[in-house]
Amino acid sequence: MGAFLDSMLAGRDGLGGVRAEAAAALLRDGLPGPREEAWKYTSLRALEQRRYAPAPGEATDVPALAAFALPGVDGARLVFVNGVFQPALSDLQAAPGVEILPYREHPGQLDKDLEGHHGTGSADAFLRLNTALVEDGASIRVVAGADAGAPIHLVILGAPAAADLAWQLRLQVELGAGARLSLVEHHLGNDEHAHLGNLVANYVLGAGARLELLQVQDAGERATLIRRGSFHVGEDAQLAATTLEAGAQMTRHDFRVHLAGRGARLESRGVFVLHGRQHADTHMDVRHEARDTSSDVLWRGVADQRSRGVFHGAITIAEGADGADAALSNKNLLLSPQAEIDTQPALEIYADEVKAAHGATVGQLDEQALFYLRTRGIPLDAARRILVSAFCSAVFADLQPAVLRERLDELLATRLPQAGE
Amino acid sequence: MLKIDNLHVRVAGREILKGLSLEAKAGEVHAIMGPNGAGKSTLGNVLAGREGYEVTAGTVEFEGQNLLELAPEERAAAGVFLAFQYPVEIPGVNNTYFLRAALNAQRRQRGEAELDSMQFLKKVREKLAVLHLKDELLHRAVNEGFSGGEKKRNEIFQLALLEPKLAILDETDSGLDIDAMKLVADGVNAMRDPARSFLVITHYQRLLDYIVPDVVHVLAEGRIVESGDRTLAHELEAHGYGWVAGRHAPAGAA
Repeated sequence: MGAFLDSMLAGRDGLGGVRAEAAAALLRDGLPGPREEAWKYTSLRALEQRRYAPAPGEATDVPALAAFALPGVDGARLVFVNGVFQPALSDLQAAPGVEILPYREHPGQLDKDLEGHHGTGSADAFLRLNTALVEDGASIRVVAGADAGAPIHLVILGAPAAADLAWQLRLQVELGAGARLSLVEHHLGNDEHAHLGNLVANYVLGAGARLELLQVQDAGERATLIRRGSFHVGEDAQLAATTLEAGAQMTRHDFRVHLAGRGARLESRGVFVLHGRQHADTHMDVRHEARDTSSDVLWRGVADQRSRGVFHGAITIAEGADGADAALSNKNLLLSPQAEIDTQPALEIYADEVKAAHGATVGQLDEQALFYLRTRGIPLDAARRILVSAFCSAVFADLQPAVLRERLDELLATRLPQAGE
Repeated sequence: MLKIDNLHVRVAGREILKGLSLEAKAGEVHAIMGPNGAGKSTLGNVLAGREGYEVTAGTVEFEGQNLLELAPEERAAAGVFLAFQYPVEIPGVNNTYFLRAALNAQRRQRGEAELDSMQFLKKVREKLAVLHLKDELLHRAVNEGFSGGEKKRNEIFQLALLEPKLAILDETDSGLDIDAMKLVADGVNAMRDPARSFLVITHYQRLLDYIVPDVVHVLAEGRIVESGDRTLAHELEAHGYGWVAGRHAPAGAA
């Protein structure tokens, strides 16, 4: 057993049920190696050698509410600091028909949700780790026909602690038939810690439900963040997701969507903006499992300095999913000769009468456009920022409200090459 | 204003300008005419500071300073403007945002106060009217989906807004019908000023019926081979560039 799993699992002999099964499988198989296709571009060798203190740890420096407020995101709020629910910073008041249960206060609910959704059959090491050890997180349920109203803000914050921590969080989100929910998953932190966060989120959208999900990943610059989101989208239900990956030293984001009911729809917009030695690996896995399902995925990637971005975009159209319509576009921009972006589109079609469009590119800034801007008096670094912002602009173009879109554009701008770099 | 002396320029290992000399004083309009491949666009690009143009000999002075050691944005702030032969489309960058960024970047570099959006829009409206440009162009991305004529007029619009001291027009007439050319010429003529100089690079004499030059130069084989007043343009039109080449055949040729 490597130092990592040793530090995570030593002394955890008392686990039972699905937790024990997950721990045993994890110990048997370990972390995935480079020969596993899904981890081809992301090495876990360094992580395997690291030790983490068991969470929960006491956070020493928790920022004020204002530090993580987002304009237009003013519904209920759940705040987790270093993986621990913070009742004093949270506000669980929600619209009628919305039930928010923090697991720390409702451990019985966590046990139920684990039994139901622990990912039977999945060999994902981080899912197993999460299942074995998770104690915190929340379930959010919206009953049939209810509209949750103002966006619910899920704040996942890394704060300095005596040692680097590893924390597990679980999220179970269920929308009844025709329910509507807007949810913001917001990761942030500073560079005074190098915690490992491991979030597993399961979403179930009933018939005709609509989920608007905004993911703002602005974690601390030394943090490691592993996320796995699984979405079960029912008949005529809609998932509209917008994702910004800007922070963390190393991040892996699995985004698995099952378009399970007839007419189910996914719209995904996303961008990663990397600098320094950041490593961000995004795996989109979209499965069309029913007739007349549609998916529209548009991602942009920008890598500067010595950073590395990975985008795996897989679309599977299962047998019988006739009338499926799938579009995936992934364009990437390298700003430095030392940066690297690997994009892997993958399309598997087992049905007839489908439409599928797939495109991935990796390029550099247009020298002609740079020169044009400079001849008008715009300095080189500003010209580069203007062109990179323009490249990313399609991702947030439809996001509402405008104040939130502007805030995200600003956040993006701070991650673009600055003067003197 | 502008003094070019014995300029030699290589592009991709090939010498394009071979000892070009030219002097333009404040308030003058100089036309540069010449056959394809003579080096006309190279002159515009090297003055604006495009990468890949290697100056192997000669000097370029602009208002007493060495223009060649300045970055493109510094040249712009100093007052040099190039209207592109092929204006670049920049998807995702709003034209108004671009124009304001450009104007304020120049003002910052010159130590002048930036314009706020009210002041900027007032200036924009004034200049739009002169060029008969539609407001709608301001809300689109820079040159994206513009017709050929709209792109060229957008260049002259930028010229009007940025108010440079030296404007270089690189074949601004190419691809324009007669009406569009008249609009462009009106825009340029409205900018003529005792303190402003123009280099009008063109293949055809036609544009010079509308923008009447003070001096006409013929550029051939990388050098100015003949200079004269506006009547020289008409002679070229009548006799073709072969006429000039014949009068300046290199020594030793038949």
